[in-house]
Amino acid sequence: MEAAVLAAVDVRKRFGALAVLDGVNLSLHGGEVVGVVGPNGAGKTTLLNVLSGSLTPDSGSITLRDRDITRKSAAERCKLGVARTHQVPRPFVGMTVFENVLVAATAGGGKRGADAYELCVRVLEQCGLAHLANRRAEGLGLLQRKRLELARALAVEPAVLLLDEIGGGLTDAESAALVEMVAGLRDRGIAVLWIEHIVHVLMQVVGRLVCMDAGRVIAEGPPSTVVAQAAVIDAYLGGKA
Amino acid sequence: MQVQRWTRTSRWFGAAFCVLVVVLAFVPLVFDPDIVQKLTTLLILVLLAVMWNALAGYGGLLSVGQQAFIGIGAYGTVFFAGQGISPYPAMLLATVLAGAISLPISLFALRLRAAQFAIGMWVIAEVISIVVRLDQNLGAGTGISLIQLNQYEPNFRQAYTFWLALAFTVIFLAALFFLLRSPLGASLRAIRDDEDAARSLGVRVAARKRLLFVLAGLGCGAAGVLIVANTLFIEPTSIFSVQWSAYMIFMVLVGGLGTFEGPILGAILLFAIQTTFTQGGPWYLVGLGATAALFALLLPRGLWGVVEERLGLQLIAVGFRVVEKKPDA
Repeated sequence: MEAAVLAAVDVRKRFGALAVLDGVNLSLHGGEVVGVVGPNGAGKTTLLNVLSGSLTPDSGSITLRDRDITRKSAAERCKLGVARTHQVPRPFVGMTVFENVLVAATAGGGKRGADAYELCVRVLEQCGLAHLANRRAEGLGLLQRKRLELARALAVEPAVLLLDEIGGGLTDAESAALVEMVAGLRDRGIAVLWIEHIVHVLMQVVGRLVCMDAGRVIAEGPPSTVVAQAAVIDAYLGGKA
Repeated sequence: MQVQRWTRTSRWFGAAFCVLVVVLAFVPLVFDPDIVQKLTTLLILVLLAVMWNALAGYGGLLSVGQQAFIGIGAYGTVFFAGQGISPYPAMLLATVLAGAISLPISLFALRLRAAQFAIGMWVIAEVISIVVRLDQNLGAGTGISLIQLNQYEPNFRQAYTFWLALAFTVIFLAALFFLLRSPLGASLRAIRDDEDAARSLGVRVAARKRLLFVLAGLGCGAAGVLIVANTLFIEPTSIFSVQWSAYMIFMVLVGGLGTFEGPILGAILLFAIQTTFTQGGPWYLVGLGATAALFALLLPRGLWGVVEERLGLQLIAVGFRVVEKKPDA
């Protein structure tokens, strides 16, 4: 297998006495979708924050194409091609939907003028937001806000896309469309890490599944194998099976 | 699809603004010096409000120490004029000095967060005030006059000062306008709305804040220059008074934080209140405080925030509209 685009090596992060990440190793390759599942509090979002640069790990390292980016800020990592969405959408409420995406295309993607505009319009169409382009983001509903999160991340034209629960609350048709879009991004060579509670949606597109519990990776491999493992069932069902 | 920046409204407003500036330029030729002096005060308030809003509204930097730069501008003018430099060039130098000093101050002030920054800036203003008070050549604690301006006949002097105030106000309004219209503009508005989200989309938040901090340093320095030119006498306790920050906060909160138009509206309102209650005194201050409190409780977005929300009105062409491409346009 070719070298990983993004890799985390023995990453640890504590909040006070609590070890939220307790020695996590993870690698992500171009053109693959890796799903991350695990119970609430397993450290999934913290892992994403450490990968995206929103948090600095206490120890361990993050590399992007063999380059150490552990100390790089979130903004620098974004410019290097690592884009993310937020679990609770964080739109720029005083700006229009188009302007929200434009921030990503210009600041993160380094585009200017007509190039940036074209990219934004294309991304908005792709995410089904084109008809809302001139709407202030404040007026968007939750699903539209989630789409806007995705649209902004795509406008960076990332090499690595980190998705945090963007599938929740979708209808079957909507989640099928989302799966198709993620598969399309994968086919363009983008590395996707997707945290999601709805396992059956993940199963349709991920090549590899990672299950976390209490800050550790407890299972990793082909989705069907991981889901069948006793440890995963334990972690998810919370009881002794 | 096409992206449009100017709307019909913003074109009309832009034209009206230019006409207003030209009309204002004739004020000293028509009106009495005391009216010219009052209007100079209004322009100073507009400048201060716009600069505080650039800092707080877009950068999220709530400073209660901008009087530091007002004082540097005012005392810088007196200092340079005392060195034999002609008063008006001395004013330009003093403005640049305020901007230059804001850069090293930003190195540590911008490391502070939220309330720490607010109070930290106040402390910095006090420290600069104390340093000035220790200098006998700057009149120590008793104040000093800009005597060099007496070489001009009073009517001319008042006219020059007004024109300088008009020029500074237009320059700084234009600077903020073009900054918000530039490729950095969308990033600045993004920082205003959600700093962390902006960061995760590649916005260099720290660098942008520094830019706003220096702009506000220059602008408040310019306001200080105008204050000493308008009143001819300054003393450390009043020019470095935290009351300036209180006025700035009042104007911006009442007008609309993070909007371009709001602070100008707030400045006009404060000016109207000040000229109506010329006696000043405690009730005037109580009234100002009560107004600010009522706005914070009932209209947290300020006057212009309400206009923007209800009418969708945008007078300033800093936004982007996506429109269908006209066939054969």
